[in-house]
Amino acid sequence: MTADLNSYLFVGAVLFVCGVVCMATKRNGIGVLMGVELVLNGANVNFVAFSRYTDLGLDGQIFSLFVIVLAAAEAAVALAIALNFYNNHLTIDVDRANKLKG
Amino acid sequence: MNGESFLFTVFALATCLGAIAVVFSQTVVRMAFWLVISLGSTAALFFLANADFVGAAQLLIYVGGTLVLLVFGVMLTASGPYLKIATSPGEIVMGSLVGLMFLFVVFASLNGVDWREPSAAAIETGNPVVATGNTLRPIGLSFLGSRPDQDLTGDGDTLTPGYLLPFEIVSVHLLVVLIGAAYLARAKRRAVGPG
Repeated sequence: MTADLNSYLFVGAVLFVCGVVCMATKRNGIGVLMGVELVLNGANVNFVAFSRYTDLGLDGQIFSLFVIVLAAAEAAVALAIALNFYNNHLTIDVDRANKLKG
Repeated sequence: MNGESFLFTVFALATCLGAIAVVFSQTVVRMAFWLVISLGSTAALFFLANADFVGAAQLLIYVGGTLVLLVFGVMLTASGPYLKIATSPGEIVMGSLVGLMFLFVVFASLNGVDWREPSAAAIETGNPVVATGNTLRPIGLSFLGSRPDQDLTGDGDTLTPGYLLPFEIVSVHLLVVLIGAAYLARAKRRAVGPG
């Protein structure tokens, strides 16, 4: 396995798919958040790889920095929501969040 | 196999296996551990791709910040040690099958595209910053509005808009988000019982 553009893209694809499966199958709210982190990291790997192996330049790295910062913000808000959900329902199981069901 | 390929193989395998272990472990603390492995190896991949500042930021913000936040979330929401909210095996099998098919689709489309080749061309077209890997100062300058690595206007002046405005927007966004998160998280406990 040599370090070229396609190898980086494969790693990013594996991270993305793992994150999507994690988001879809986990019933723990924190687990869903971890899936989101995996997806964002897959995107970051792609950004950095294109920045390294094409003439995109620094733009890819700067975009991945923005992604990292926004992921941190997203994790903070989502954890606050999860804590509120736990305070109201005494569980973190996302299947119990069915109050809006008609 | 040279050194870069060897290191890339090691860290790519650690990244992928860590991500797969996150999907298949059932207790949330173990998921956090495997996530640390996966994200740390991703930072190593960034270093290998000459993105030293992004790799350092990944280690500091993700592994040092976001994951600690997640682990605190685990501790604050666990009603007992080794809290297990199990996914049923049928759902795991179904998810794995759909995931494998999705992965196959992504791999096929990745292989089908002829990406523009590579860093040698990038050096020739006058962008040596990324190829040499010393990216700290150019990234900082581009956040301040100057692009030393690219002449965007074509008149030899590097004082282009750069990323000053997005940088400011994202800083204000981060402030608003942190205030909002603190406001959301300090709401009073209003337990209605399990149900």
